Amino acid sequence: MTEYSAKPFEGLRVLDFCWVVIGPMTTRYFSDFGAEVLRVESSLRPDVIRHGLPFAEGKPGVNRSGYWANYNSGKLGLGLNMADERARNLAFRLATEWADVVTENFTPGTMEKWGLGYDALRKHNPGLVMFSASMLGRGGPYDSQPGFGPVLTALSGHTNFTGWPDRVPVSPYGAYTDFLIPHIAFSAVCAALDHKRRTGQGQYLDLSQLEAALYFAGPPVLDYLANGRIQTRNGNHDPDMAPHAVYRCDGNDRWCAIACPTDAAWHALAQTIDRPDLADDATLATLDGRKQREAELDAAIEAWTITRSPDEAMQACQAVGVAAGAVRDCRDLFDDPQEAHRGHFVFMDHPEMGRYASDANCFQLSETAPDYRRSPLLGEHTEYVMRELLGMPESEYRALSDDGVFE
Amino acid sequence: MLSPYRVIDLADDRGIFCGRVLADLGAEVVKVEPVAGDPARRIGPFFHDEPGVENSLFWQLYAANKKSLALDIASDTVREALRRLIASADFLIESFRPGYLDSLGLGYDDVRALNPTLVYVSITPFGQDGPYRDFAATDLTGSALSGFAYLTGDPDRPPLRVSVPQFWTLGGAAGAAGAMTAHAHRINTGRGQRVDVSCQQALTRTLSHAPQFWDMNEIILKRSGPFRPIGDGRNLRVNFECADGYVNYIQPGGATGGRAMAALCAWMDEHSEGHPLLSGTDFGAYGFGQLPDDVLDAMSETLEAFFRSRTKRHLSEEAIKRRVLLFPVNDPADVCSYPQLAARGFFRETEAPDGGTMTTLGPWVKSSERPLPLRRAPRLGEHTGEVLAGLGFSTDEIADLRVSGAAR
Repeated sequence: MTEYSAKPFEGLRVLDFCWVVIGPMTTRYFSDFGAEVLRVESSLRPDVIRHGLPFAEGKPGVNRSGYWANYNSGKLGLGLNMADERARNLAFRLATEWADVVTENFTPGTMEKWGLGYDALRKHNPGLVMFSASMLGRGGPYDSQPGFGPVLTALSGHTNFTGWPDRVPVSPYGAYTDFLIPHIAFSAVCAALDHKRRTGQGQYLDLSQLEAALYFAGPPVLDYLANGRIQTRNGNHDPDMAPHAVYRCDGNDRWCAIACPTDAAWHALAQTIDRPDLADDATLATLDGRKQREAELDAAIEAWTITRSPDEAMQACQAVGVAAGAVRDCRDLFDDPQEAHRGHFVFMDHPEMGRYASDANCFQLSETAPDYRRSPLLGEHTEYVMRELLGMPESEYRALSDDGVFE
Repeated sequence: MLSPYRVIDLADDRGIFCGRVLADLGAEVVKVEPVAGDPARRIGPFFHDEPGVENSLFWQLYAANKKSLALDIASDTVREALRRLIASADFLIESFRPGYLDSLGLGYDDVRALNPTLVYVSITPFGQDGPYRDFAATDLTGSALSGFAYLTGDPDRPPLRVSVPQFWTLGGAAGAAGAMTAHAHRINTGRGQRVDVSCQQALTRTLSHAPQFWDMNEIILKRSGPFRPIGDGRNLRVNFECADGYVNYIQPGGATGGRAMAALCAWMDEHSEGHPLLSGTDFGAYGFGQLPDDVLDAMSETLEAFFRSRTKRHLSEEAIKRRVLLFPVNDPADVCSYPQLAARGFFRETEAPDGGTMTTLGPWVKSSERPLPLRRAPRLGEHTGEVLAGLGFSTDEIADLRVSGAAR
């Protein structure tokens, strides 16, 4: 790091109706780098992951979810009961008088129902950039089908590609595609903002989570389209590498992944596992030869790893340039020397949760430090937004508050 | 959207998606590749199963919308071309092992001296420094070290990766986000900077709330096969066998879950394949994962039997009509016939390597202002002459570079 200068998004105003993960993770980039992000919520229908495990000290509460906190750090909490017309009018004012960007990931039609669709907003705010990320995109027969993140891995093919060929597929953990798409979704919103800066022209971005997710499982789709082949899950095997597996190590459920992308890597690995006979076996000098005896080689490697810890096995392989990685569980991640070196877990103090761990961004900038701040309480900044940003007199604020408009 | 900007893309198959994202958003992305072709061109499968530098489907997908400048960056004869290229660029993307470009005089410090406004994006397994900086890595070993594998797979078998590599694709996507953040900083300050991506961190960020389970409750989540853990050691089945493959059914909590399960119970009851305990349960009264054990057991048994005798297409089409939260576990053929994708016109025709047409993925976001571009991946060296001429090289100079073998 050399020196820190102005925050990249300082002065940018984001009105954020996003909920669950994909939307909030996208807009967190803006709050991490200096934008003012107003997270619109209602205590009457809180974001489902405000009720999502884990809770600090195991005690439930809308301000106690570590899951929710991770995707909303640095945002401002605004409570609006959207069932009340006055709340919808205030949201409309924020979208048209205050915001540069409006973001949402509801089922298509929800924003329109509130009078907050892009067509309604742009008449009053032509430079507005609006971003929608629905499950299946707008238009089409299924656009209003309810659903949620975890089912997208089934639709995108990720589920079919995760597991063993002789068993039911298993899916990657959690709402997996929710964590892939924010990187490119954020990039698209930034590009739209750059376009607006240069031309004055706003725009609407309609992202189908399914379509974006397919870019992370695309090559087999092209293989089917071009060649008619239907690829499927293959455990840990790889068509272009052998050996290529996860091997049991000393300890309870401890493992190390080892991969040989080249013949030279295999030769070095065979030496490392004290099997010069295999290293010198000419029939194993090629990928085809090793593929034919892959089970035998896997057994020989596991006979070596089983007496070693994952880190011992990894270090021995890496010392001779062989790709190997200890299988980290979530406790291990907090102790992983590389994750620690990168400062992957950021600890923040929160008035209800105390100290909690959030994930850092996966890139570091040489001249710009992210500004990680704790996540807001539900509705924590409502008064600030109404009084300071909309200039509402105190009496009006109190009256609306008493009427439940900010619930 | 990014049409004023030029990107020099030195990334191979490990960082290839980053340039694709910027190209999709309108930037001019010049892929600088070895004269023998980028390593990504050698990744199978190939168009019509015929290997060849133009035929890799991986390349066709991730190099679409880019230009190709075939130039041997390690050769002394291309120094001037590289100097002008870098001076003309707004972004540079690379995915070499840390230190390699420094050894060619193309490290960030060298390049910054030439173009202080450049955003220089490095995509590597673990970042530019730290104890794993020089570790060899593959998608599998990266899946292990990021914590992904431990959470994925059946409990009685080893941890798993996804059979379609994720580690590098995710790192490339994160590189685009970093590039755009640095670009915003450049607009404010007029200064470029380096973006240093760790693919390990990018994959760790997909672990959902699992690290927080350890941090807050000292619980280490484990892989649970086709089930989802719902606390107290209990599991909810989510992937089911059906007559011709698999379907996904997740029972959410609250009102949504209540409506979905009531609709499924009514459907099963119509066929006399329901279960009285399920039909008599008010699912809306339970939060996610809070169902009693006897209800969970009855669900597992009844749903398994109902789904097993029906096809995924029948189940998913009925589910849409009845608003049941069931979805097909799509294989690649199912993806290509999924009605919603067809209705949105997602699949598109482009020119194939043999000059005919091929079908590929359409843009991943729709813009009201202007549709995102979709041009086929470039042929090896297709834009060498155009790009070099644009940098002020004469026809003779370009011919000399080609004769020397340093360009193609």
